[in-house]
Amino acid sequence: MSIIDKTDAVLEPEAVGFDGPLLDVRDLHVEFHTRDGVAKAVNGVNYSVEAGETLAVLGESGSGKSVTAQAIMGILDMPPGRIPRGEIMFRGQDMLKMSEEQRRRIRGRKIAMIFQDALSSLNPVLSVGYQLGEMYRVHEGLSKKAAKAKAIEMMDRVKIPAAAARVNDYPHQFSGGMRQRIMIAMALALEPELIIADEPTTALDVTVQAQVMDLLAELQREYRMGLILITHDLGVVADVADKIAVMYAGRIVERGPVHELYRNPGHPYTKGLLESIPRLDQKGQELYAIKGLPPNLTRIPSGCAFNPRCPMAQDVCRTDVPPLHPMTAPDGTELVGRASACHFWKETVNG
Amino acid sequence: MAELSKNDEQGDTTPNVSEVEVVEARTEAEEVAALEAPVERGEPILQVRNLVKHFPLTQGILFKKSVGAVKAVDGISFDLYQGETLGIVGESGCGKSTVAKLLMNLERATAGEIFYKGQDITKLSGRALKAVRRNIQMVFQDPYTSLNPRMTVGDIIGEPFEIHPEVAPKGDRRKKVQDLLDVVGLNPEYINRYPHQFSGGQRQRIGIARGLALNPEIIICDEPVSALDVSVQAQVINLMEGLQDEFNLSYLFIAHDLSIVRHISDRVGVMYLGKMAEIGTDTQIYDHPTHPYTQALLSAVPVPDPAAREHRERIILTGDVPSPANPPSGCRFRTRCWKAQDKCAEEVPLLAVPERFKNSDTPAAHESACHFAEEKDVVHAA
Repeated sequence: MSIIDKTDAVLEPEAVGFDGPLLDVRDLHVEFHTRDGVAKAVNGVNYSVEAGETLAVLGESGSGKSVTAQAIMGILDMPPGRIPRGEIMFRGQDMLKMSEEQRRRIRGRKIAMIFQDALSSLNPVLSVGYQLGEMYRVHEGLSKKAAKAKAIEMMDRVKIPAAAARVNDYPHQFSGGMRQRIMIAMALALEPELIIADEPTTALDVTVQAQVMDLLAELQREYRMGLILITHDLGVVADVADKIAVMYAGRIVERGPVHELYRNPGHPYTKGLLESIPRLDQKGQELYAIKGLPPNLTRIPSGCAFNPRCPMAQDVCRTDVPPLHPMTAPDGTELVGRASACHFWKETVNG
Repeated sequence: MAELSKNDEQGDTTPNVSEVEVVEARTEAEEVAALEAPVERGEPILQVRNLVKHFPLTQGILFKKSVGAVKAVDGISFDLYQGETLGIVGESGCGKSTVAKLLMNLERATAGEIFYKGQDITKLSGRALKAVRRNIQMVFQDPYTSLNPRMTVGDIIGEPFEIHPEVAPKGDRRKKVQDLLDVVGLNPEYINRYPHQFSGGQRQRIGIARGLALNPEIIICDEPVSALDVSVQAQVINLMEGLQDEFNLSYLFIAHDLSIVRHISDRVGVMYLGKMAEIGTDTQIYDHPTHPYTQALLSAVPVPDPAAREHRERIILTGDVPSPANPPSGCRFRTRCWKAQDKCAEEVPLLAVPERFKNSDTPAAHESACHFAEEKDVVHAA
């Protein structure tokens, strides 16, 4: 306990009175050393989240969205993973420079994570009440009895019916949606300031997905938490996000507020994605398909990583890596929060 | 196959074959010949009637006794027309994959009939069943586990020819496999590669090529794109649509993604807990749903349009799907339905055009299994 008090004391003075973003990721690079060479999973990612805000990180498998989240949480497998460059500022402090002990105080208490697959994330041989109570026992030093009472309270919070009766049940006795609620309860147990949800509803049916997303949004409002929602589902993003970062081959290719980005995408990849999904409310003709495949991360194409699949690609795209340009309206006024990593973002936006 | 059956008939008429054998051989040959006959476009090619599949629940190790049954599919009927795509949607556990297995004859139906060109395939065996199986093929959900990692692509796609050698004589097979690879948009030179050398989308193309190998008439697709990335999904969907036109295929397309089902299907059936809740054309189901479950399901789908989120009405169902081992009495949806009344607990609603829409010409006049069916547009923002 004494260690905890000491690290908290170190943390608090700077945390108080800090009014920058809650989390600020700067120029983050992550690579994995494998037998086939170095896989560059994240190549210079920048994003920030304010308290009470929802940032959606959108991308296909292999785009680096989950690896970024793991780096923030400090649960990246190192080795083979390595963070050669970058900063992850949480309330103004770089977490990458902290000691393991300091990070452990943040993990779970200040930043918590919800995983995709609730069944494999929960321990099958321990009751859910025990696993939920562990948060309180380990972090707050509560007794077994008090922790269990808190666990029941938390299960009520996430609307698990008959929480008191089910606290001693095991994960396999719950349905998929209920298990995901337990994951949410665990993440929220210590009222963290930031939640990272990695594909929280991908394994669920649509009706249950709607329940879970509603619950998450409600709790987020109540606690005024920052939320990073990692997903590949453009529909879910449109429903809940405030702003979006679209990732491709380890870089953010476009970011912006959700309404503007959907209305008028500024990167050919985003545009292609939006055009390639069938719509529920209209019967379309043939779907637009982005040709080709996502790149192999050990051999990312030179220049813009999207160039082999891009309909607008020109010579400059094969040689120069496009920076994330801030976007402006045709009359020169700045579009707040919008940026695109495309040499031809103007042409993309205007048609 | 057509040639084979002709030979059989000639053989039958030779005088030195005993009488009894002639009769037997002819009926089998006729059965096979009947299956070879083409079906006109727009005619039903597959008719499912009151199909039931119960999986027994047993207790005890040495002396197993039956203590109930999981009613995975509990009396569903539908037609699949030649050249169309019938989409089947529903939550996990509603029995959609069991329907696929029953149609493939991979599971024996507990009761009910499946007529393929007028023949009940649940009763077939031997040569006649083999002939039917040639014409009904399947594409599986997971392209990572449905391809044998120790076989080359050429062996995987060519394997159906081992079982049905009449489709491609031995010398032709390699050429045939390369043609198939070309058809599904893969380089024919990849014939000697192994599945792990391909990406998810490419593997699904291999699965599709295998399904096409025997020139089937019906392809049953069980969640064929749900394991794929968004940008690759569109490629595979477009490929499947192209193949349907090219080879005049009928698809039974099972998926949980309602947007994709709308895109590809001509007609859509909505399943809930082993029963068909509603069936109709895609416009009837998506724009004019009358069953409360369909309405709830559609309203829960996230629409990729942030402008819609403020004024779209969401019907959020409470609770989970009940266990199919012990389904609710009467209407199975009543435990989660906001319209449920006493009648719903007592009477099972039949899948029929609701009384109130019977004589009208509106798109709401399609089959719906609800006592209180009424139209409600939940997809389009008000």
